[in-house]
Amino acid sequence: MSWFKRKTKGITTTTEEKKDTPKGLWYKTPTGKIVDTEELARNFYVSPEDGYHVRIGSKEYFEILFDDNKFKELDANLESKDPLKFEDTKKYPERLKAAQEKTKLKDAVRTAVGKSKGRDLVVACMDFSFIGGSMGSVVGEKIARAADYSLKNNVPLMIISKSGGARMMEAALSLMQLAKTSVKLAQLADAKIPYISLCTDPTTGGTTASFAMLGDINISEPGALIGFAGPRVVKDTTGQDLPEGFQTSEFLLEHGFLDFITLRKELKNKVNQYLDLILNMPIRA
Amino acid sequence: MEYLEFELPIKELEEQLLKCKVIGEESEVDVTETCSQIEKKLANAQKDIYKNLTPWQRVQLSRHPNRPYTLDYIKAICGDTFLELHGDRNVKDDKAMVGGLGKIGDQTFMFIGQQKGYNTKTRQYRNFGMANPEGYRKALRLMKSAEKFGIPVVTLIDTPGAYPGLEAEERGQGEAIARNILEMARLQVPIITIVIGEGASGGALGIGVGDKVLMLENAWYSVISPENCSSILWRSWEYKEQAAEALKLTASDAKKIKVVDDIIKEPLGGAHRDREKTFATVSSTIVKTYEALKNLSPKDLVSKRMDKYENMGVFKG
Repeated sequence: MSWFKRKTKGITTTTEEKKDTPKGLWYKTPTGKIVDTEELARNFYVSPEDGYHVRIGSKEYFEILFDDNKFKELDANLESKDPLKFEDTKKYPERLKAAQEKTKLKDAVRTAVGKSKGRDLVVACMDFSFIGGSMGSVVGEKIARAADYSLKNNVPLMIISKSGGARMMEAALSLMQLAKTSVKLAQLADAKIPYISLCTDPTTGGTTASFAMLGDINISEPGALIGFAGPRVVKDTTGQDLPEGFQTSEFLLEHGFLDFITLRKELKNKVNQYLDLILNMPIRA
Repeated sequence: MEYLEFELPIKELEEQLLKCKVIGEESEVDVTETCSQIEKKLANAQKDIYKNLTPWQRVQLSRHPNRPYTLDYIKAICGDTFLELHGDRNVKDDKAMVGGLGKIGDQTFMFIGQQKGYNTKTRQYRNFGMANPEGYRKALRLMKSAEKFGIPVVTLIDTPGAYPGLEAEERGQGEAIARNILEMARLQVPIITIVIGEGASGGALGIGVGDKVLMLENAWYSVISPENCSSILWRSWEYKEQAAEALKLTASDAKKIKVVDDIIKEPLGGAHRDREKTFATVSSTIVKTYEALKNLSPKDLVSKRMDKYENMGVFKG
C-alpha cells in the first residue's frame, strides 16, 4: 500500500496552461508573502497579496507618472565632488564610486520633465539605493534646477522624497541644501506654481526638515516611514516605548501633516486631480 | 571656573601663581620674580594650548559649562531694555527657545535663540537647549512680528540639535524646522545669525537662515554632532575625535566652505574667560553688521539672501 493516495485522477492542467516558473525572480514582502516580480511590476510594485508598497526608485516612479514612460531627464550629468576630503571607514570618493557602480545612478536624485495625463509636470525623485538617498550638494542643486525649470516654464513641481536625510560626507554643505531647496520653494510659492510633496518610505532627517514637509500638499503612500528623528533615536533619547504605527504615513495623516495617503496605482490620478482642482481647470479623465 | 581635560596644565599654573601671590602677601617675601616667571610660563602654556586646538577640543570648549548662553548675551547687550516674549500661540512656551525685543543704542532688535541651563535643574528646564516644534514656531511667530514692524532679527544659535522626542514627532518637528527655513528665506527684514556655541544640524538651521551668518571662534556648526556621526559611520561612540576632524565643523572651516560669512574672535581660552569682552565684541559686531544691511530695500535684501543660499554646494558637471 502506498503512503499517499491520489484523490483525483490524473493531472488536470494541460501543458499549454502550465505556468512557467519565472526566471528565478521572486519578491518576498515583509509579511512573508512571495510575489512574482513581473506581476509586482504590473501591479505598480505593490504586492497583490498584502498591499505592501515595495520601495522603488526614480525609474519606476517616472514610469508610473509620465505618459508612456516618456520624459526628458534634466541635469543628468551632475556628480558629487569631495569638498571636505571626507574619510570615515572609507573615503567619500570611494563610496560614491561604489554607489554609482551598484546603482548605475549618478547620485541620489533624478529630475525630469514630461507629460502626465497630457500636461507637463516636473518630477524630482530620490533614489534610496544611492547612499541611503542622502542629500548632498548634487541633490540640492538638481532639485533647485528642477524648481528653476518649473519657474521658467510655469510647470507644477513634484518632489518624491525617499531619503535618510542630509549626507554626512558633505557635512555643513549638505545642511545648507535644506536652505537652498527651501529658497527655491519659496520662489515657487511666490510665483503661485503648485508644488506637491510625495513622502515615500522612508523620508527622514534633513529631507523632512525641508522640502518634504513644504508642499502645497504633502501626500504619501500607505505604511511609509516619515519623521524627523529616526525611531531608534527617539527610543534611545526618550527611553519610551514607541506606540504602534509611530511615524507611519497613517500616523502623520492623523497628526495633521499629510493631506492624504494614496495607493500607488491611484497616484497619477490623484496628483493630476489635485492640479486640475487647484489650478481651476477642467478635470482630466 | 571649571577646566577641561586639555586645560589642566593651565589650571595647575594658575593655581601655582595664586599660591605664589598668597605666599608673597603672607610672608612679606619678595616673590615678584617667581610670580612673573610663572605668569610667563602660564602665558606660554595658554598660547600653546589655545592656538593649536583640535576640532574636538573646540567642540568641548563650545560646551564649556561656564560658556555664556543666549540670555547672558541678550541681557548683557540690551540691559534693562530687553523684554522677553513667550509662547507659540498653539501648544505651549518652549523653554529651550527664548526670544524678545531689546535695544542696542537706539535700534530695537528681535532676539531669538536656543537657551541652555547652567546647572542640572535649569538644564532640564531648558531641555539642554533642544527645542521642540513649538520652540521653532515661537521663533517664527516672533520673526513675523518683527517683520510686521520692520524690526531686524538677531538669532543666536546654541543647540545640540532639535529634540528627538515622541511628542516632537507628533507635533511635526520636521515641518516646524522646514517652515522656518522657508519663511526666513523670504523674511522682509534683516536677519543676523550668530552661532555662539553648538550648531547642530536642522535644529540650528531652523533659526539659522540669515543675511549674515557669523560664528564665534570656538563654536561648531555641522550637519550632525561628532558623537552621532561616529556612532553612525564608525558604528561606535569611540571615534568622535576623528568625526570632529572629518566633519570640518570649526569656524574657520565653515568660513572656508562659505557656510558662515565671518568669524567673531573670542578671548584667549574661550568666551567664558572674559565674558564682558565677548559680549562687547558680539554687540559691536551686531551693530556693524546691521549698519551694512539696513539701507537695503526689502526686495534687495531678500534677493541677496536667496542668491547666497542658492550658491551653496560643491559639485561637478
